[in-house]
Amino acid sequence: MALSQQSPLIQLVNISKKFPGVLAVNTVSLDIFPGEVHVVAGENGAGKSTLMKLLSQVERPTSGTVVLNGQEVHFVNPQHAQRLGISMVYQEFALAPHLTIAQNIVLGRESTRFGAINHRAEVEQARQLLQRVGLHIDPKRLVSTLSVAEQQMVEIAKALDVEAKLVIMDEPTATLTEREIAHLFAVIRGLTDQGIAVLYISHRLDEIFQIADRVTVMRDGKVVATLPRSEVDQQKLIRLMVGRDIHNLYPKPEPKIGPVMLRVEGITRRGVLHQCSFEVRAGEILGFAGLVGSGRTELARAVFGADPIDAGSIWLEGKRLSIQSPASAIAAGIGYLTEDRKRDGLAMTLDIAQNITLTNLPTVASWIDLGKEERIAVRARDRLKIRTPSLHRKVTVLSGGNQQKVIVARWLETQARVLFFDEPSRGIDVNAKAEIFELIGSLASEGRAIVMISSYLPELLNMCDRLVVMREGRIAGELQRSEFTEERVMALATGASEGETL
Amino acid sequence: MKDAIQSTNEVIGAEAAPHGEPKAWQRMVVQRARERLGDFIGQATAAAALIVVFIFLSFASPVFLTTDNLINIIEQNAVTATIALGMTFVIITAGIDLSVGSTAAMTGVVGVELVAHGWHWPQAMLIAVLAGGVVGLVNGVLISVTNLNPFITTLGMMTVVRGLTDVYTNAVVVVGPESELGPQNFGVIGLGKLSGIPVALIILVVLSALAYFLLSHTRLGRYTYAIGSNQEAARLSGIPVKRYLLLVYVILGLLTGLAGVIAVSRLSIAEPNFGIGLELDVIAATVVGGASLFGGQGTIVGTLIGVFLIGVIRDGSVLLDINSFWQNVIIGVVIWLAVLWDQFRRRRISSLSS
Repeated sequence: MALSQQSPLIQLVNISKKFPGVLAVNTVSLDIFPGEVHVVAGENGAGKSTLMKLLSQVERPTSGTVVLNGQEVHFVNPQHAQRLGISMVYQEFALAPHLTIAQNIVLGRESTRFGAINHRAEVEQARQLLQRVGLHIDPKRLVSTLSVAEQQMVEIAKALDVEAKLVIMDEPTATLTEREIAHLFAVIRGLTDQGIAVLYISHRLDEIFQIADRVTVMRDGKVVATLPRSEVDQQKLIRLMVGRDIHNLYPKPEPKIGPVMLRVEGITRRGVLHQCSFEVRAGEILGFAGLVGSGRTELARAVFGADPIDAGSIWLEGKRLSIQSPASAIAAGIGYLTEDRKRDGLAMTLDIAQNITLTNLPTVASWIDLGKEERIAVRARDRLKIRTPSLHRKVTVLSGGNQQKVIVARWLETQARVLFFDEPSRGIDVNAKAEIFELIGSLASEGRAIVMISSYLPELLNMCDRLVVMREGRIAGELQRSEFTEERVMALATGASEGETL
Repeated sequence: MKDAIQSTNEVIGAEAAPHGEPKAWQRMVVQRARERLGDFIGQATAAAALIVVFIFLSFASPVFLTTDNLINIIEQNAVTATIALGMTFVIITAGIDLSVGSTAAMTGVVGVELVAHGWHWPQAMLIAVLAGGVVGLVNGVLISVTNLNPFITTLGMMTVVRGLTDVYTNAVVVVGPESELGPQNFGVIGLGKLSGIPVALIILVVLSALAYFLLSHTRLGRYTYAIGSNQEAARLSGIPVKRYLLLVYVILGLLTGLAGVIAVSRLSIAEPNFGIGLELDVIAATVVGGASLFGGQGTIVGTLIGVFLIGVIRDGSVLLDINSFWQNVIIGVVIWLAVLWDQFRRRRISSLSS
């Protein structure tokens, strides 16, 4: 395809999106041509998803412009973007499960006759769209009866219904099987043959080489490079995605590794975790690597008693624990910092001090000792450098990094000897990241056992003494620090043999 | 290893204590004051509305600002206020209880019926209060252990309790002997005075103080807010969420039982039809006072302001001879304004957080 001779369908010109404390997309310029599959690759948090949201008008750009067929596009809302021909197929499907396929496809654009919905036209329209995505099922079926892959095809059919010129797909293969992926790629090729551009977000390397015409690599909110597929190989792509010269971001003290602190044996949760065993030593930072959905968070939650387990045992300092709930895990000396602060970490209507003392409220005969609470909060603020004018502000006003410190402070108060950090650097800026990692290092130095879950490999490679790699709910392998390479981790995480990925 | 961790923390603690102590204390006073101010601003609209209505009625009606009328307002609203104290806890957990009206009627019937069967009123009425607690316990078990939706659970309970009360009484008023229920005996609770102060007022003040301290100074209160603010975060912080949810519904049940007793005391008979729609008055008062149906927000002071704002508007409407149907329209508009204000506040919070 001679892209340079065509005029671009969409141009992003110096577009930026700033969230409080984070520049998620930093002066990005990008051209997308009709009929191309343009893959945007990058690590988690590189800004890919935010970039897509700027295009589909879910988020308003802080600065910069979007140009469609030579005309500047004004930000209104996602419906407006759809009318312009920009459709998004969401990572989590946005279908109404209790409606039929046809009803979902025309949702919000129902054709009516004398004010009543024209059911026959609706079904006919749906049938034609389903044919375009190669799905030969009755449009009158309920969406809740469909498989994940079928639902995705319905999503794509829905996207096509609006005369799409650009279809954006955000990690569409995350939950698909090999055969379903092959079908999806065939559908994508069908779309590009009709001149529709497909913007495809992925961090699965093998896919990128199968489907991409061009690849744009993002890192820390910026476009690092845009290259035709012929000019990239896997190693180059990884180098572009990960970047280098960021070693000082991870201040790791020399480890003083002691005896085994936590030993987990054969944890099984039907359909989620299978015979997972690992151990962490005092003073050690153990990393959990793996793709999103590989079971790392689920394993941490199972150890912490947040989800029930079907089999397995947990031992702390040689004693077998009976963990029924988070409360009993905490009592035993285990702490868990959740991956999503807002969803299940912070109590947003409580103030900073109250959030710090949530797990370990200072009380005298069940009356809160407000003076002690104040002292605990002041001490935590000074130690962790929580930046706030007052400890009695609601936690909502804090930046992501400071919110994370509030949660760390909460767990320090419990005297936990084993701490699970689930995506500790998610949504926080570079400086706060370094502070959090420094803190994690010092907690390990004090003799705690640390388990760190992260989807950002450089974090794990730099901070951890040992790595456990998970795949599909199983422990896929273990790597000592001397064996750390991204290729080895990726090979274990994806199940590809090492020779294959290299 | 444990010791090593312990000692590090102690060192940090020791560092902070000697220099930090007076400073922290001073800071605390200032910050508590600020916190109170924040709470106050949260309730300011309702409080301001109460003051405005109060001043207006003082001029508009010669009767309004008389001791008799003010006592009347307190006695008239004692039942609603008693239940609203408990409802505040439940609503802060992001729950709701629609069964309180039925339960208040049921407990009144239980109390009077026991007296009619020869019990002395103090024992009879204690059993009545506990009966309210039992209803709360069942609600609490269904909501926390069985994980049913509070709205539906208590909607069912509302119908069940009203039905049982009607089955037992055949929907006929229950009476007891004057020697037990008369104004010199049981009637003292709802109508009596203690050195000139209405007993109902004393009960209300004591209960309010208790509820206030429970909510702002105890583990129970803190966990009530935490559960309503983010139930999963509370669970992952080791809070026994189910136990505290259960407790909150039991507290409301007990207060509802007490409210049923107070109502019976004023009338000296038990009316099986008592309290139809009372749950909505209670919820309205709580919401007007700044509690959020989405949980995590609400105060005892705010709830009392809400109860008496609605109570004073009702009283004033009677004094000014406003048609009682119009009263309802006014109250409804007040509820809308309160909810709009709540939504405005929440938007502000979420815009700050994103």
